[in-house]
Amino acid sequence: MYLLEVRSLTKHFGGIRALEDVSFKVKEGAIMSIIGPNGAGKTTLFNCITGITKPTKGKIVFSNIDIASMQPHKIARYGIYRTFQNIRLFRDMTVLENVLVSLHNQLKSRIFGSIFRTARFISEENEAAQRAMEYLEFVGLQSAAESKAESLSYGEQRRLEIARAMAGEPHLVLLDEPTAGMNPQETAEVIELIKRLQSIGKTVLFIEHDMNVVMEISEWIVVLDHGVMIAEGTPYETRNNPLVIEAYLGKEI
Amino acid sequence: MEKYLRFIAAPALLSLLFLPFGGLKRAVALFGFLAILIPALKGLFRYLIKHKERFIFKMPQIDKKIILIPILLLSFSLPFAAKDYIVDIAILTCIYIILAQGLNIIVGFTGLLNLGFAAYYAIGAYTYAILTARLGFDFWTALPFSLALSALSGLLLAIPALRLRGDYFAIVTLGFGEIVHLILNNWDSLTYGPNGISGIAAPSVMGISFESLNYYYYFVLVITIVALIIINNVHSSNIGRAWISIREDEIASSSMGINTMSYKLYSSAFGAFWAGLAGVLFAAKMKFISPESFTFMESVLILCMVILGGIGSIAGVTIGAAVLVVLPELLREVQHYRMILLGAGLIALMIFRPQGILGGRGVSLRG
Repeated sequence: MYLLEVRSLTKHFGGIRALEDVSFKVKEGAIMSIIGPNGAGKTTLFNCITGITKPTKGKIVFSNIDIASMQPHKIARYGIYRTFQNIRLFRDMTVLENVLVSLHNQLKSRIFGSIFRTARFISEENEAAQRAMEYLEFVGLQSAAESKAESLSYGEQRRLEIARAMAGEPHLVLLDEPTAGMNPQETAEVIELIKRLQSIGKTVLFIEHDMNVVMEISEWIVVLDHGVMIAEGTPYETRNNPLVIEAYLGKEI
Repeated sequence: MEKYLRFIAAPALLSLLFLPFGGLKRAVALFGFLAILIPALKGLFRYLIKHKERFIFKMPQIDKKIILIPILLLSFSLPFAAKDYIVDIAILTCIYIILAQGLNIIVGFTGLLNLGFAAYYAIGAYTYAILTARLGFDFWTALPFSLALSALSGLLLAIPALRLRGDYFAIVTLGFGEIVHLILNNWDSLTYGPNGISGIAAPSVMGISFESLNYYYYFVLVITIVALIIINNVHSSNIGRAWISIREDEIASSSMGINTMSYKLYSSAFGAFWAGLAGVLFAAKMKFISPESFTFMESVLILCMVILGGIGSIAGVTIGAAVLVVLPELLREVQHYRMILLGAGLIALMIFRPQGILGGRGVSLRG
């Protein structure tokens, strides 16, 4: 059963071919990674899937619905949440509020409830705060719930992004370089976190440069180079694929 | 050498420009005066900026109740102790608090720089004026129409304007403010043009008219308190969080499932609603309105209140509005210099406390 299917996805920025005819499938419940040298089009691919940039051509089918060119918030409602390569937290909000924003679509209160503080509104808010705390516990940030997001350390900010993405209760989580700039211990924690995401039934698609992380947890790897998909396969196959080695290290003389 | 030349060049140029008006003697005196004043001011500013840290003061954390209760007591007992003149200013303060809170929803919570806010204020005031003075409605029947029309105008303007971002959005709202002002000035058959509309009805509850100043003060005070409570409640609800998330990072916000476009429209309409309410209260107080009260300078003044108090902070904006209404009254003695003093005050604020009196650390004006 495939959760996400990308079919001949193409994205051109003027004359630049960021993505050219990329097709792959994501199995439900899998951990899958996208690798490739800098400028290969990995983040553009994520932006196309989440609706932030509109693809030039191609289809993105998510649980039998074509989500290509949909608005980001609609795609999120279908169940795709993401983190960002260059951390995009709501810096002036508290850690808890950051997570609460993602719970927004699960809340039913509208303007009437929020003005008059009806009993239903208050119980819903309390429940939401409780659930947000659970997500913070999941990433180990419960003690920082009341501090401003900008006051967190770099590694904590990345973890908060994951908690925020999870609060949307997505089927598919997209992580854009979750371990970038982390020390080995923080990286190990993130690996653990991704495995736990899988164990609670999420499908994870992530971009990563750290080959140790990629090889350790991915079940399937897609390799992009200059916007073209040059290979896909298991970690073992990918590691020994001459095309991949060439893309990373150059041609053998 | 070049440094001294620069100090002399500016006074020389200015006094040369002054020469045809004041004659040689005065021009020379002006030159001397400026040649001393400009370097002195420059030195002072340089000193202040260099030792900025020493002058930055931190807001102490105090329990809100300790501040709120005396303020409430004071505002409710004001008419017993104070002259009519002061009650009059207090009414005006309340009206501007509502206005500034309305703009704060748009600029402070959602992060959309609106430079034509006086337009919504005008629409509320004029709708109320036309309905009561010309069509004979009373306060309570005219009020919902006025509020609805201002909120609707906030929504309708935002639909095309929100296709633009940042500075471009600000320019469109500025244009909208001017358009409304021009319409009020020129649509004589509806608004009586620059002559304005007089004979506007005062509110009444169950036969008791709020025409007298003290009654009207209590009326406005209660409405202001209710408005502050409502805005505070919405701010700390899921709707408020959605607005703030848009201000903080629009892309992340939409990726987390927030329909950013509809929440921006929502915020614009909600902000305009309060401007409309302030407009009604203003018209009912003055009993006469003309386009003069709703110029671009009015929009700027309201924006100054928000910036001074602290963008996004409800308590801060309340203080900002009170300061900018009361301060010019206190400075009435030195009328000619008060704009200079206000300007200097705002510049000092930007240097030493750029987030405003009570603003959060990370919040600033950005597109």
